[in-house]
Amino acid sequence: MVVGVHLLADADLRLDAAPIDYVLLGVYFVVVLGIGALARRSVSSSLDFFLSGRSLPAWVTGLAFISANLGAVEIFGMTANGAQYGIPTMHYYWIGAIPAMVFLGLVMMPFYYGSKVRSVPEFLLRRFGKFAHLVNGLSFAAAQVLIAGVNLFALATVVNLLLGWPLWLSVVVAAVIVLAYTSLGGLKAAVYNEVMQFFVIVAMLLPLTFVGLHKVGGWDGLVAKITAASPDTASEQLNSWPGMNLTGIGNATLSVLGIVFGLGFVLSFGYWTTNFAEVQRAMSAKSMSAARRTPLIGAYPKTFIALIIIIPGMIAAVLVPELAAFKQGQDTGVTYNNAILLLIRDLLPNGMLGIAITGLLAAFMAGMAANVSSFNTVFTYDLWQAYVRKDKPDAYYLKVGRVVTALGCLVAIGTAFIASNFTNIMDYLQTLFGFFNAPLFATFLLGMFWKRMTPLAGGLGLIAGTASAITVDVLNRNDVLNLAGQGASFVAASAAFVVDIVVSVLVSLATRPKPDSELVGLVWSLTPRDQLRHDDTGENAGWYRKPGVLAAGVLVVTVALNIVFW
Amino acid sequence: MAEKRAAGLFDLRSVLALLFAVYGFVLTVLGIAFTTQEDLDKAAGTNVNLWMGIGMLGVALLFALWVRVRPLTVPEPESDQDA
Repeated sequence: MVVGVHLLADADLRLDAAPIDYVLLGVYFVVVLGIGALARRSVSSSLDFFLSGRSLPAWVTGLAFISANLGAVEIFGMTANGAQYGIPTMHYYWIGAIPAMVFLGLVMMPFYYGSKVRSVPEFLLRRFGKFAHLVNGLSFAAAQVLIAGVNLFALATVVNLLLGWPLWLSVVVAAVIVLAYTSLGGLKAAVYNEVMQFFVIVAMLLPLTFVGLHKVGGWDGLVAKITAASPDTASEQLNSWPGMNLTGIGNATLSVLGIVFGLGFVLSFGYWTTNFAEVQRAMSAKSMSAARRTPLIGAYPKTFIALIIIIPGMIAAVLVPELAAFKQGQDTGVTYNNAILLLIRDLLPNGMLGIAITGLLAAFMAGMAANVSSFNTVFTYDLWQAYVRKDKPDAYYLKVGRVVTALGCLVAIGTAFIASNFTNIMDYLQTLFGFFNAPLFATFLLGMFWKRMTPLAGGLGLIAGTASAITVDVLNRNDVLNLAGQGASFVAASAAFVVDIVVSVLVSLATRPKPDSELVGLVWSLTPRDQLRHDDTGENAGWYRKPGVLAAGVLVVTVALNIVFW
Repeated sequence: MAEKRAAGLFDLRSVLALLFAVYGFVLTVLGIAFTTQEDLDKAAGTNVNLWMGIGMLGVALLFALWVRVRPLTVPEPESDQDA
C-alpha cells in the first residue's frame, strides 16, 4: 500500500516500515507514558513507589511476573535456539521455569510475603545478618544496572538494524522513555507496562506461528521439511528428550540429568525464586493469597508461550532461505539470532509489521524497566537506608528512589556505550552475573529449612558457590572441560549449588547460630503455621483461587505437553 | 484518601481495551481496503491484518466486558493500609 522507506537498500534485515507502522508504534508509546503519568497519582510513600503499595491484583502481577522475563534476550535467544536445536528448547520452559514457579508460589512466597520484607536481600539481612546481605545487595545492584545497559545496547542494535536509526539516538530515546515512566509511576507503571507488552508480544507471535505453519504445510509439513533439510539430526530436533544437541553432553542419561538437575533444578530455581526483579512482582501483590498466586497464574501462559516462541524459530530455519542455508553451514550474513526478524520480514504485511516492531521495542524497554525498578529498590532500601542514611522520614527515601532511578538510567546509558565498543566483555559479564543466582537458591533453601545455619555460613556459602561457578566456566572456556552447547552453564550452576551447600553446612557446624527467637517467620520449623497461611475468604475465596489447585493444574498441563512432544 | 480514590479509578483493563480497539480497528481497515496481492503471497494467501484486526477487536471487547461485569471497587481505607 505505502512505499517503505529504505535508508540502506542493501541491508537484508531492514524491515519495510511504512508510515502506518510508525503510527502504531507511536500510539503504543503515548499509552506507555500516559500510564506513567496516571500511576504517579497513586505514589505517596516509598512503599507505593517501590512495591506499588502492595496493591495489585494477582492476574496483573502474574502476567508481569513472566513479562519481566519475556525481554528481547529471551525472544531472540529462544527463537534462535528453536531454529538451531528445535523441540529440546522447550525444556527452558517446561523443565526450566514451571517447576520453579510452582515452588515459589507454594513454598517460598509465604516467607517472602509473610515476613513483610521489601526485597530479597532484605530477607537475607533478617535471616543471616549484614555479611550475606551486603554480598547479595551489592552484587544484585551492580548486576541489574549493568544488565540494563546491555538491554539498552541490544535495543539500539535492533533499532539500527530494522529502522536504520543511529545507535546513540535509540539508546538515549529509549532510556528517556523508561526513565520517564519508572520515575513517575514507580513499580506500578513498570508492571502495568509489562502486562501491556505481554499482550502485544503475543499478538506478534501468534500470526508468526499460525501463518508460518500454514506456509510450510502445517505441522506435518514442518516435520517433513526439517527431516529433508537435516536427515541426520532431524529426530534430535523433533523430540524433546534426551536433548543431547541442546546440552552438548554425548551420553543420553547424563544429558537428561544435566537438563533436570542443572537447568531444571539449580539454574531455574535460582533464577525464578531468588532474583528480586522477578520476586518483586509477586511482593507487590495485594494480599498473601494474590502473592502466592502470582507465579502460579504466570505459569499458565509461560507453558504455552513456549510453543509460539520456539515453533516460529523452527519454521524460520526451513522457510527463510538465508537461514536455511546458514544451517547447512553456508555464510549468508545471518545467524540464528536473526530468526524472528527474518520471519517478521517474510510474513507480515505493513500494519501487523508495525505491531511486531512495537512488541520487540516494548520487550526491550520492559526488560530494562524491570532492571531499573528492582535496582532502585535494592539500592534505596538495602544499601542507602541500611548502611548510609538510616532513620530518615519516608518522604526522603521516596526522593532517593526517584534520584537513584535517574542515576541508574544514566549508568545504563554509559554501560550501553561501553558495550558498543566491547561486545564480548558484556556477554561475559552477563554470564558472570548469572553465576550469582545459582548459589543463592542453595543458601535460601538451606536457610529456610535448617535453623542451625549461621550468619557466617550465609555469606561464605554465597561467595564459595559463585567462585566455583566461575571456575567451571573459566575451565570450559580454556578447553580444560569440553562441553559444547548449553551444557557448560548447567554444570557451572550445579557446581555452585553443591559447593554452596557443602561450605554452608561445614561453616554452620563450626560457628554459632542465631537464637530461635530471631528466626520466627524466616525458618520453616520456627514459624507458626497460621502465619504462612493466607486468608481465603472474600475476593480470595473459590476453589480456582487455591494455590494448590492452580499448581496441580499447570503441572498436569506441562506433563501432558512433555508427553505430546516426547 | 481522595488521592487514593482517584488513583483507584485508573483501570489497566480499560487501557488494554482501548489499545486493542485502536490496533484492531486500524488493522481491520488495512486488511479490508489496503491489502495487496504481494501481502497475500507473503502469507500464503492469508489476510494477516484482517484476521489479527478482528481478533484484537475481540480482545478489546472482552476486556471492556470484564470491566463492565466486575467494576473496580474502591478499596476500604483499612485494607488499603495493610502494608
